[in-house]
Amino acid sequence: MLAPTSLTELQEAIRSHPQVLAVGARTKPRLSQVDDCTLLSMRGLSGITEYQPSEYTFTALAGTPLHELEQVLTEQGQAMPFDPLLSRAGSTLGGATATGLSGPGRFRYGGIRDFLLGLTYIDGTGQPIRTGSRVVKNAAGFDLPKLMVGSLGRFGVLAELTFKVFPAFRARISLQVECTDCHQATERLIEAACSRWELLALDYDPAQKRLLLQLGGPQRALEQIAADIENRWPGDVQPIESCTADTCWETIRTLGLDLTESEQAPTRPTRASQTVVAQVALTPTVVPELEQKLGSMEGVNSHYSVGGNVATLICQQPDNIPPISKLLAELQLVGLVLQGCDAPLWLGTTQPTAIDRAIKTALDPQCRFPSYDIANLQADHVAHH
Amino acid sequence: MNDSLKKLRAIYPADRFLEADAQLAAYASDALTAFHSLPRAVVLPETSEEVIDTVRFCHDQQVAFVARGSGTSLSGGSLPVSDGIVIGLNRLNKILELDSKNRIALVQPGVINLHVSEAAQPYGLHYAPDPSSQQVCTIGGNVAFNSGGAHCLKYGMTANHVLGIQAVLATGEVVTFGGRSRESLGPDTTGLFCGSEGLFGVALEITLRLIPQAGCYHTVLAGYRSLQDAGNAVAQIIASGLLPGAMEIMDALAIEAAEAAVACGYPPGAEAVLIVELEGPHEVIECERETLHTVLASTAAFQTKTAANATERMTIWKGRKSAFSAVGRISPDFIVQDGVVPRLRLGEALQQIGEMADVAKIRVANVFHAGDGNLHPLILYDGREPGALTRAEELAGRILEMCVAMGGSITGEHGVGLEKRDYLGTMFSQHTIDTMQRVRAAFDPRKIANPGKMFPGSDPADSQQATSGLRGLHPLEKAGIISRE
Repeated sequence: MLAPTSLTELQEAIRSHPQVLAVGARTKPRLSQVDDCTLLSMRGLSGITEYQPSEYTFTALAGTPLHELEQVLTEQGQAMPFDPLLSRAGSTLGGATATGLSGPGRFRYGGIRDFLLGLTYIDGTGQPIRTGSRVVKNAAGFDLPKLMVGSLGRFGVLAELTFKVFPAFRARISLQVECTDCHQATERLIEAACSRWELLALDYDPAQKRLLLQLGGPQRALEQIAADIENRWPGDVQPIESCTADTCWETIRTLGLDLTESEQAPTRPTRASQTVVAQVALTPTVVPELEQKLGSMEGVNSHYSVGGNVATLICQQPDNIPPISKLLAELQLVGLVLQGCDAPLWLGTTQPTAIDRAIKTALDPQCRFPSYDIANLQADHVAHH
Repeated sequence: MNDSLKKLRAIYPADRFLEADAQLAAYASDALTAFHSLPRAVVLPETSEEVIDTVRFCHDQQVAFVARGSGTSLSGGSLPVSDGIVIGLNRLNKILELDSKNRIALVQPGVINLHVSEAAQPYGLHYAPDPSSQQVCTIGGNVAFNSGGAHCLKYGMTANHVLGIQAVLATGEVVTFGGRSRESLGPDTTGLFCGSEGLFGVALEITLRLIPQAGCYHTVLAGYRSLQDAGNAVAQIIASGLLPGAMEIMDALAIEAAEAAVACGYPPGAEAVLIVELEGPHEVIECERETLHTVLASTAAFQTKTAANATERMTIWKGRKSAFSAVGRISPDFIVQDGVVPRLRLGEALQQIGEMADVAKIRVANVFHAGDGNLHPLILYDGREPGALTRAEELAGRILEMCVAMGGSITGEHGVGLEKRDYLGTMFSQHTIDTMQRVRAAFDPRKIANPGKMFPGSDPADSQQATSGLRGLHPLEKAGIISRE
């Protein structure tokens, strides 16, 4: 693995190797598992390059750990509204962007795509491409920054990124809502999502048969709204003590993985590699059917976040991956495998189209970054077994 | 000449295939009224299949096409290409699905922006992006130009509220980007399509994210003796940790015009007014309003007025929303610019605009989204005077260059279009523009989709591009239905 420490070294590394893939802290190990490809560690390109709290924006190098950013923002009473995942595990800003995944708090204002304003990436010729802007509003040129969200390093190497931030909430309150079964939980999930309460986060934990709600704002107002929620479902709503709540949400943000925490050397997940962890994009009304069908499989745990728009699946038995992929395809859902080195990258419906290939060719004509098709062929291969 | 359109004509009944000059004239311009261009024909599809067939015809015959909604583009984005086809999408105006449980709306491109929120209203939901032309502008146009509005700081622009798009690309390929989930996996091609200014193809079905309606509003109008004081107030509000839904500033010339037009009751003698609006659950607003009023009391506001009810709120907004068409009363013609500067440099930017206007001997009124640093200088001119438009455009260009020099953008929400294409290079390197051109070619190798827009002039269609001539207010502006912001 190469570890450039400057933009010049990064450009040179890209120019001098046939195929490269940028990696951050590798907290999502499946995403950096690509054959015949030189890995570029971005950890040496770290640090905030511009931060004006009054502008609600910051610019930082791609290898900057999210927890460092969170610390600096917190000092100024601000936060990243997309609620980054895996930050305590060392996840980086570039890695989070390339993966495109956000935490439970993205329920309120949106995900990483909604707060990315601009970026510089290095293309396959080693040249920088600066797109988007550093101000909170911009409509000039194609929105290449958005295209980079979720691109998994297939178009170029993210070098520097600018994000919009918001004021941090003065207080937070978490509640749990007991539910009798998945159907009732989904009904309540939908009602809460459409409510006037302006929830910050809204998750469903099937194992505990409960919804998890988080509110953010002035303490006095939150207490009043919490009382309104308790009145809506009398007897089923309990406040979660703040320390327990912090642990609870942090566990969700780490996707339930066993992560060894270390400021100096964040390590990769230690969970046995045969445990597959995947994120699935879905809609709340699909939750009961997916949950019911997953329930018949042994060793599969699920958690639903962002008001039922994201499922995290943890599968202890690799044999279950093909049927899970088949099930997702039947429901016309897509899953991305974050951990589980023998699993395909994509689960469910993943058919690259002519335009997907054309975009890839346009941005990476020299094929200096891995293709998507390999991943898709793997997905098809597994699904058909 | 029109024999070559025979196959296209066969797709449509005669009343939906327009080629007489009198019929085409209605499509010759958009809200950038300084330019006009007659297309070769206008087609009015009523089904997605007709749009697809039309695009495939254009691809096969290498005929340029411009998809158009209500023609409210302020950057000339829907200006026809002469000898090209205009695809008028207003009849594709169905809300195909309002899925309140998943909080999404599936709409055709010709659906009017405001109609989405009206349809969602019974479910306690709404569609957040609110360009001031929302009574007439279409979702297809909003998607193409990634439209903004007064609530962008808190809620983002159109792209932030589009979850999925089915489109026919300029190659004739029908594609689906994104889906119905609020989360997407893989490259965000939906986000790329938004703001592509019609250069990729035509959106046929769009999946929109709906959000709950705000529980209540708290709208305050504050009068200041100088623009600088109003700008400082914005900085103080930001520093207080509040996140208002909207923060808007108007200068004296804009106030004067608005007052004359709609009698909005703004503080007499004000050199600037600031509108701040908080929105959210009433419990939260009860707390935040205290903070807001404490902050405003510490600013140089000489008068503060709080809307006591919905009617008073609408009166405050009426002055702001009508400002641009009102300016049309004090000048025969004007250009609206849309640059963005870092919020901290707003005061400096306004001062420089004033100085540049003085040097050019041109009057400029200012109305802007202060929370976003998004300026809307209105450059007043009389198109009947020889060279007046050119001088106004030169001043507009200097303002854009100033925005970029300050680290901002040439456009916050209107798009580059025809109007600002020569300034794209002030923001992006040639290598970056070349990359964007390759992306464009991936969608449209023959450069037939809305050629002549966004990129500095090199398209074959440019030589046939618009000429200036039509002047004055857009008919919809005259009617007070839309305004330029």
